[in-house]
Amino acid sequence: MTSSAVRSPAHRAAGAPGHRTLLTSAGLVVLLAVFAIFPLVYSNPLATTYGFDALIFIAAASAWNIFSGYSGYLSLGHAVFFGSGMYTVAIGAQDWHLTGDAVFALLPLAAVVAAAVAVPVGLVALRVRRHTFVVITIAIFFIFQLMAFNFSFTGGTSGIDAPILNWAPGTYNDPFYYLAMVIAAVTLALSWLIRRSRFGLHLRAIRDDEDRARSLGVHPMRVKLGALVVSALITGLVGGLWYYFIGAVHPQSAFDPLFDLQLALMGFFGGLGTVFGPALGALILEPVQQWLTVQFTNDYLSEILLGAVFLLVILFLPRGVIPTLGERITAWRSRARDRSVSETTADGGAAPEAAPPDLTAPGTSAGAPASRTAGRREGTPS
Amino acid sequence: MTAELRTEGISKAFGGVHALDDCSLTVAEGSITGLIGPNGSGKTTLFNIMTGYERPDSGAVYLAGQNITGASAQKVFGLGMGRTFQLTRIFPRLTLLENMLVAAKPSRERGGLLARAGGTVDRRRARELLEFTGIDQYANALAGTLSYGQRKLLELATVLAADPAIVLLDEPAGGVNPSLIQTIAARIRDLNARGTTFLIVEHNMEFVMGLCHQVTVLDYGTVVAAGPPEIISTDPRVLDAYLGAALDDEPSPDGADA
Repeated sequence: MTSSAVRSPAHRAAGAPGHRTLLTSAGLVVLLAVFAIFPLVYSNPLATTYGFDALIFIAAASAWNIFSGYSGYLSLGHAVFFGSGMYTVAIGAQDWHLTGDAVFALLPLAAVVAAAVAVPVGLVALRVRRHTFVVITIAIFFIFQLMAFNFSFTGGTSGIDAPILNWAPGTYNDPFYYLAMVIAAVTLALSWLIRRSRFGLHLRAIRDDEDRARSLGVHPMRVKLGALVVSALITGLVGGLWYYFIGAVHPQSAFDPLFDLQLALMGFFGGLGTVFGPALGALILEPVQQWLTVQFTNDYLSEILLGAVFLLVILFLPRGVIPTLGERITAWRSRARDRSVSETTADGGAAPEAAPPDLTAPGTSAGAPASRTAGRREGTPS
Repeated sequence: MTAELRTEGISKAFGGVHALDDCSLTVAEGSITGLIGPNGSGKTTLFNIMTGYERPDSGAVYLAGQNITGASAQKVFGLGMGRTFQLTRIFPRLTLLENMLVAAKPSRERGGLLARAGGTVDRRRARELLEFTGIDQYANALAGTLSYGQRKLLELATVLAADPAIVLLDEPAGGVNPSLIQTIAARIRDLNARGTTFLIVEHNMEFVMGLCHQVTVLDYGTVVAAGPPEIISTDPRVLDAYLGAALDDEPSPDGADA
């Protein structure tokens, strides 16, 4: 078994990234247009409510993924940030006597408060690894729910009602819908930027092997806490918007264990750690859940069915829709390519294809021995 | 920045087991130093203490004259000391190129916090190092698909990405086929010729004796001998510590010189 033996086509980059990027961006533009037009076509408030719900969860699941998907630290306590956002807007509107459109001005504050909550939460929970971390996030989640029940400024069990918005019923949902759409789009863009950045690379390195990452100069606490704060910021913002849409906040709706599970389920369903997987999960699962709830007014039945969906996902798509489909397509493509390669020449086919297009770009092509030795010298102590 | 690595009187116990006992050694700048000793003699523990993964109970570690005892692993790396692990460790779900970019120090050409990981300089350098170790044809493959020997090469390449002044290798030839061992040795020599200092833990005596300028022998957590390989390989204390059991067993039936 020689190490330099030519390995299977799985080694090659899947497709041509140039084309793929173009295709992806075109797809996203179309998707955005579809979302933008949706309320105009289906102006029925029930339809726009479905749309709003889906967008809220696209943003929340993608925010969860920025932390949990990229770092591999599964949080089952993101409702802490969602609820903090809800209560921030609720208490702010109540104490500062804000009504109508003015309440929306509290949304940035909801984001900031949730991010601020994430700092102590992260400093405690991120001291431990993996499974223990999951347990700690659940514990912290229940502490927050308990606090919401018992503090006076949260209104206790009776919660806080939102100020009435006197918008026309027919188009009431639309501003909420478009605001959620913008948040979802920005979150996805941010998620994409983070994933390809140095920050995102360090997160994924931590996911793969945290101790090894340390030996290569990665500061795990800094990186993980940074991701948690970004994630909490968006989740809090979304929570604040959700509160005004729903019109009330209670401890059990703000700090809802089902919310935690939903985010994780959407992430797993679409593909943990991929940019668009959790959004896809939200887009599919949230309407399904809403529909189940409407169809089966017995609340438990819909939850049992949702549980069945979860089991099916774990059984058949353990790594999520996007990675599984991606693999299938890559395998199918390389099979097709192998056929065409074997028809022409047996050898030589692998080498040129293995060269990734973005690296044959100007500047990198000059990797000749001369520049290799020249480049290696810089920074070496002498 | 010089790269002399020195330990002074390092002791470390795990429960009642004394992994290291007053261990002092020096790795001269620009050298390839071998660290050998039987299993359980404390080599990996010493590596872990030098690179910030463990704290010694007593004693100190100096890198280029600076006391780095108890510094975190990430800080030690920042000071110019890289390491590999006995059980080869890579990031399996990152591509080879991404593996390389984790360690790359952010170069100045790059923009803000969310700029793409690795500017063109970093990427070019990553490619060169992959080429240098002979695995550049897999640059865009996931590291988890590599064979064991290729992983060893990748691990070495990633450590080199940030241009460390000194590199600690924990069994670079362990479980690797003979032709690849030659490649690894050749790469270490190349790098050393360009100024990188090496400290190498290895059980393959041929590899150590052929490559190292200096060899330090550890037994029961203490340095029992240090010197050039030709002297070390004939030192009776070393033979006793390292091959003791085998040598003792042969003559004992005769009882001649016991």
